[in-house]
Amino acid sequence: MSAAGSTVEVARDPLPRAGWRVVAAKEFGDHLLSVRFIVLLIVLGLAAAIPLYFAADQIRSVAPQASGAAAVFLALFTLGSQDIAVLRVDTFVGIVAPLLGLAFAFDAVNGERSEGTLPRLLAQPIHRDDVINGKFAAGMAVIGLVLVTVIGFIAGFGMIRLGIVPHGSEVERLAAWLVVTFLYVALWLAFGLLLSVLIRRAATAALIGFGIWLLVTVFGELITTLITGLIAPAANASTDTILSSLQIQQFITRLLPSTLYREISAVLLNPGVTQISAPTSIGQVQQAQQQIPTLLTLDQSFLLVWPQVVAIVALAVICFAAAYVAFMRQEVRA
Amino acid sequence: MRRAKPAVKRASGGDDDAVIRTRRLTKRYGNLVAVNNLDLEVHRGEIFGLLGQNGAGKTTTILMLLGLTEPTSGEARVMGLDPEREPRLVKRRVGYLPDAVGFYGGLTGRQNLRYTASLNGLRRAAAESAIVDVLEQVGLTDRADDRVDTYSRGMRQRLGIADALVKGPDLLILDEPTTAIDPLGVVEILDLLRRLVHERGLAIMLSSHLLTQVQSVCDRIGIFASGRLVGQGTVDELATAFGDGTATIEVGLELPGPADISRAESVLRGLNTVTHVIPPADDRSPWQVIVRPAAAESQVRQEILVAAVEHDLRLTTLRPIVPSLDDIYRAAVVRTAA
Repeated sequence: MSAAGSTVEVARDPLPRAGWRVVAAKEFGDHLLSVRFIVLLIVLGLAAAIPLYFAADQIRSVAPQASGAAAVFLALFTLGSQDIAVLRVDTFVGIVAPLLGLAFAFDAVNGERSEGTLPRLLAQPIHRDDVINGKFAAGMAVIGLVLVTVIGFIAGFGMIRLGIVPHGSEVERLAAWLVVTFLYVALWLAFGLLLSVLIRRAATAALIGFGIWLLVTVFGELITTLITGLIAPAANASTDTILSSLQIQQFITRLLPSTLYREISAVLLNPGVTQISAPTSIGQVQQAQQQIPTLLTLDQSFLLVWPQVVAIVALAVICFAAAYVAFMRQEVRA
Repeated sequence: MRRAKPAVKRASGGDDDAVIRTRRLTKRYGNLVAVNNLDLEVHRGEIFGLLGQNGAGKTTTILMLLGLTEPTSGEARVMGLDPEREPRLVKRRVGYLPDAVGFYGGLTGRQNLRYTASLNGLRRAAAESAIVDVLEQVGLTDRADDRVDTYSRGMRQRLGIADALVKGPDLLILDEPTTAIDPLGVVEILDLLRRLVHERGLAIMLSSHLLTQVQSVCDRIGIFASGRLVGQGTVDELATAFGDGTATIEVGLELPGPADISRAESVLRGLNTVTHVIPPADDRSPWQVIVRPAAAESQVRQEILVAAVEHDLRLTTLRPIVPSLDDIYRAAVVRTAA
C-alpha cells in the first residue's frame, strides 16, 4: 500500500463490472462441450425430422392443386401424417423442447453445491445473483442456438428437397413461432433452475423435472380430457349449458402451459386459424358458421394469442423469481 | 445482494495493522449459537490459527468475515471494510480456500484458475502471468493442463491454495488446508504458507483441528470451543493461561550407583521453587523436575547446571519440556466446559 493515503487509492484492478457475464460465458462454454448438448441436439433434430418426412410426403401430393394456397411453406410444420395426427413438427417440438430447458438447468445450482465449487465461486468478488443470472443467461443462449439450428434445418430441408421457398410473411410467422417457442423453453429452463435451487441432489431434481414434463406434455391432455369428461353435460342439455360447460372445459385445459403453447403455435403457423376460444353464445356459434374463410396477417394472429403469450412469459418470470429469491436466501453451506 | 453504496470507507483508526478485527460477533441459527461474542484480531504478516473441533464455529466465523453469511449481532472488519456492507471489496482482497474445496472436474487446473481470475476482473495478460506464478508456487506446473478429474486430493488442495492466491490477496483464509493430505504434503503446504508470509507479507488465517500442524506454523492461535473463543495468543501465552502453573525440566544424569541416585535426588529437591522430582524408571530415561511457578523455569535450569558442577553430577541432558498444544487445548476446553 502506498503512503499517499487519502489522495491516491491503492493501485489495484477494478472490481469486475459484470460478474454475470463471466459466469454466463463459462457456463455457455461448458454447455456447448457437454454430452447433453449433443444428445439434445440429436433428439430434437429427430423429433423434428420424423414428422418432417410425413409432412413432406403430404405436401408433395397436395402441392400441385394448391398452387397459390396460403402458407404452403408453413405446412411443413403443421401437416401431419394421414394416419397419426399428432405426428407434426410443431407438436413434436412442443413436446421435446421443454426437455431442453430442463436439461440445461436441473443441476445448475445443486451441481455446484455437491461439487464443492459453490463456496469458492461465491467467495469471488461478484454479486450473489450474478451466479443465478449468469446461469440463466447461458441456458437461454444455448436453447436459442439449438432451436435456431433445428428450425433452420427444417426450413432448409423444405427449400432444398421440396423446392418450396417461403414468402416474406411466412418467414415472419416462422420467426414469431421461433420466438414463442424460445419463451416456452425459457419457462422450462426457469423451472429447472428452481428445482436445482430447491432440491439438493441433482438426480432427484432431474427425476422430478422429468416427471412433471411427462405429466404436463404427455399425460396432461389425458388428464384434462378425463376431468372435462366428468363435468360434461348430458347430451340432451340445453345449448346454453353445453356452451358454458365448454368454456369451463377450455379453462381447465388452459391451466397447462403446454396447451397455451399449442394454441399459440397453431395460430402463428397457420394464417387460416381465426378462432381458438370456444364460442360463448349461440350468436357466436352462428357467426362462426357463416364466416367466410379468411387469412389473418401476423399481427392479427398475434392479437388472437396475446393472452397465451403473456401467460407463458408470466409463468417464466414467476419461476425465475422464485428460483432467484430461494437462491439469495439460501445459506452457502448445506 | 446489491448495495447502494460501493464507496470505499477505511476504518477510522488507520494506524493499526489489524487485517481482521471482530467485536462481539455473534451468529445464531435458531436456538443454536454457532458463534458467541467473538473478539478476534489478526495482524498483517502473521499466521493465525483457529483451533477447534468440528462444529465449534470456525467455518461460520470465516463465512461471516467474507460476507457470505450475515452475523446476528456484533461487527466484523476485514482490511478495515465491513464484509456485510461491502462484500465484493472484501472478497477482492481476501483469498479463501473453503473446507472440502471443489473444482470443475471437466476443466484443467489452469482453466479453473482462469475462471477465478476473470471473476476477479484480472486482465488476460495479468491473469496468465499470475496463474503461472501461483502454479509454480504450489508445485502444480507440470499437471496444470490436465483435467482436475485426474488430480489427487492433495493436488486439489494445492490447486485450492493456488486459486486463493491468484487474485493477489492481502489476506488468505484457509479452512482446514491440510485435511486429507499425506504427511509429506502437509510439510510442503506449511512451508509454502510460511514462504508466502515472508515473500508477500500477507496475513494468513487458517482453521484446523490438527494441533501439531497449527503449533508448528502459526504465530498466534485462537482456541474455539462451542462457538466461543476461549483463548488467544502465542503457544507460550496460552500455556501460561491454561497450564496448571508448573513447568517441567528434563534432566539427564549419569549415576553409577544407588548412592548417587539418592544424592542427586536430594540435590534437585533442594533447589528453590522445585516442587517435585520424579526419578527415572530406568537408567536411560531422564529425571523430571517440576517447577512452580512456571516462570521460574529458566532460573531453575541455571541452578541445576551450577548444582551439577558443585556436586560432581555428570549431566547429559538439560532441557525444558514445552507444553504441547494438545495439553493446552484439552485444558482450555475442559476449563470452559466447567
